[in-house]
Amino acid sequence: MRRPGEVELVDCTKRFGDTMAVNGIDLKIPAGTYCCLLGPSGCGKTTILRMIAGHETPTGGEVRIDGENVVGLLPVQRGTSMMFQDYALFPHLTCLDNVAFSLKMSGVAKAERRERARQMLARVQMAHFAERMPAQLSGGQKQRIALARALITNPRVLLLDEPLSALDEFLRLQMRGELRRMQRDLGITFIHVTHTQQEAIALADLVVVMNDGIIEQAASARDVYVVPLTAYVARFMGGQNVLGGRVCAVMDGTVVLDLPDHGRVEFPARDPVPPTGSTVNISVRRDRIHLAKRIGDGGADSVNAVNGKVRSVEYQGTWVKVTLEGGGEDFVVNLPDGEFFADPVNAGDPVRAHWTASDVHLLIGGAGRSDRPYARGQN
Amino acid sequence: MAAHANGRRPWTFYVLATVFALFVLFLYGPMACIYILSFQGPNGGLTFPLNGVSTRWFGALFYQERTGDIAGAFSRSISLAVVVLTLTVIFSVMAGLAFRRRFIGATLIFYVAVASLIVPGLVLSVGIGLGFQMLGVPPRWYSSALGAHLSWTLPFGLLIMFAIFSRLGRSYEEAARDLGANAWQSLRHVVIPIVLPGIIGVALFGFTLSYDEFPRSWVTVGPKNTLPLEIWGMTTNITSPALYALGTVTTVISFIVIAISLISIAIIQFHRTRRRVARERTMQAGS
Repeated sequence: MRRPGEVELVDCTKRFGDTMAVNGIDLKIPAGTYCCLLGPSGCGKTTILRMIAGHETPTGGEVRIDGENVVGLLPVQRGTSMMFQDYALFPHLTCLDNVAFSLKMSGVAKAERRERARQMLARVQMAHFAERMPAQLSGGQKQRIALARALITNPRVLLLDEPLSALDEFLRLQMRGELRRMQRDLGITFIHVTHTQQEAIALADLVVVMNDGIIEQAASARDVYVVPLTAYVARFMGGQNVLGGRVCAVMDGTVVLDLPDHGRVEFPARDPVPPTGSTVNISVRRDRIHLAKRIGDGGADSVNAVNGKVRSVEYQGTWVKVTLEGGGEDFVVNLPDGEFFADPVNAGDPVRAHWTASDVHLLIGGAGRSDRPYARGQN
Repeated sequence: MAAHANGRRPWTFYVLATVFALFVLFLYGPMACIYILSFQGPNGGLTFPLNGVSTRWFGALFYQERTGDIAGAFSRSISLAVVVLTLTVIFSVMAGLAFRRRFIGATLIFYVAVASLIVPGLVLSVGIGLGFQMLGVPPRWYSSALGAHLSWTLPFGLLIMFAIFSRLGRSYEEAARDLGANAWQSLRHVVIPIVLPGIIGVALFGFTLSYDEFPRSWVTVGPKNTLPLEIWGMTTNITSPALYALGTVTTVISFIVIAISLISIAIIQFHRTRRRVARERTMQAGS
């Protein structure tokens, strides 16, 4: 086994013409981590992957692997290996020759490279397909060959560009598990680009949420999901309601927030305490909210509560998703099925959604995303 | 073919089938006439009906003095076409690779290269011939005519390679690089094998365009004719079916060239499949 494969980006920037694809990011991926770069298309996640792989040169900044700046080095010298989104299997070579390709390039004798390629094929359960041409394989099989071909170079960092996006749902879940197992067995760093939240959360030790060329948050899957740093992360990961308001008072360790149309939110002040008068965003998990039916015009007491009409009710099996009509973005309540069916609501019913102060989570970067002190030195 | 609901074809099928039949007749009918008439009997003339059947007109091609230097013209045309083919393949592939990476002036060079397709061949031929005379270099089939032919085949080859390379995803080369291949290894082991059928197509195109080129050879060929010029000369002074025999022979040559290309592609495919099947057999036997 080679050196472990710690990847670090230092003030890394990539510009294509006038477009800023990656905007001065700092990120440290510890050795042996399964890291997912998550974000919508065009957020720069693939560019980051390609800069680590050496298929793209940063406009500025450094890419370090195990402390060494690798900008300008070839992929082989970096000890990285990439699995391409379309797999890029060579159509004129058999699976065996595809897997043996890198050994052939480095001058390994035919018998030995064949033998090693066979072992690698066996490792991805593709030994029987050694003599097939790529065109004769299904998507899942192609992916295994691509994985074998990338791993035979004995990399310290494996880079995967949307590896599961071309597969159907069943295969996607299966391969997801296999990738994770493979990473544990090998102990090397995996960096996996995806636009699917569920995939990132299920796989990654470190989830890097990206938006428009910057890192919004880099943290464990649970932290990204439960304690998002910014409104963007809270919205993108789902599972949260984001509310914005003005801090009208901080007293007795409680922050009081005026919402434009939903009354007030009160929550215990934690460091950093927002200054009075500032505009902040908070989030509340959808599954920490309870519903009560409103009778008449009741509910003047709307601290840590939102009044509204039910727009839709979706049954999800173990829970029920209730969406309220609101002024701005949707306010969603996820109720356990027991709680919902104890007192079911229908579309059009006036309801009051309420939560406890301790479930309020303060987001940073109130009005915009201009300040992002979290990008450096996270995780 | 999508079957009609009641199993009968719509009337449009018959209309289009008739148009296609007429097209095929127009395309191959005259050629068929010439092939048949080239087997005219010894006392036959230039028109139907056949007055017996013989192959004497084929013999006359090579033994009769007045038919001119057919054998020489033929070997010149073949040699020229092979040289044109080789140069067209080399330059088209290299240009195709160059245009894959953007470079300054790429668009200008592309238009300059393709513009020669629009220039009338005869004008180009006269121009090249004059140019050689002005420089005091005597025009020859292997110099001035070669250049004239390349002005015709290179833009074609370039356009074909553009089409082929545009379908070749960049990720193949990146994958090769990722797996430790240097630029040459990537070209030799990945790019060229993948685009090989296209390269054979360019070669075929280069050969046939040169082999039957008349206008661009006209002034540039020098004292010794290529085959199309020789045939043209013959039509003015031969009035025997030997002319038809010549048409048949040249067509056969073209077909042989096409057949060689197709067979070579088939052999490549066959070797790949057979190697695969053979290995699978040995694996099954071993396991």
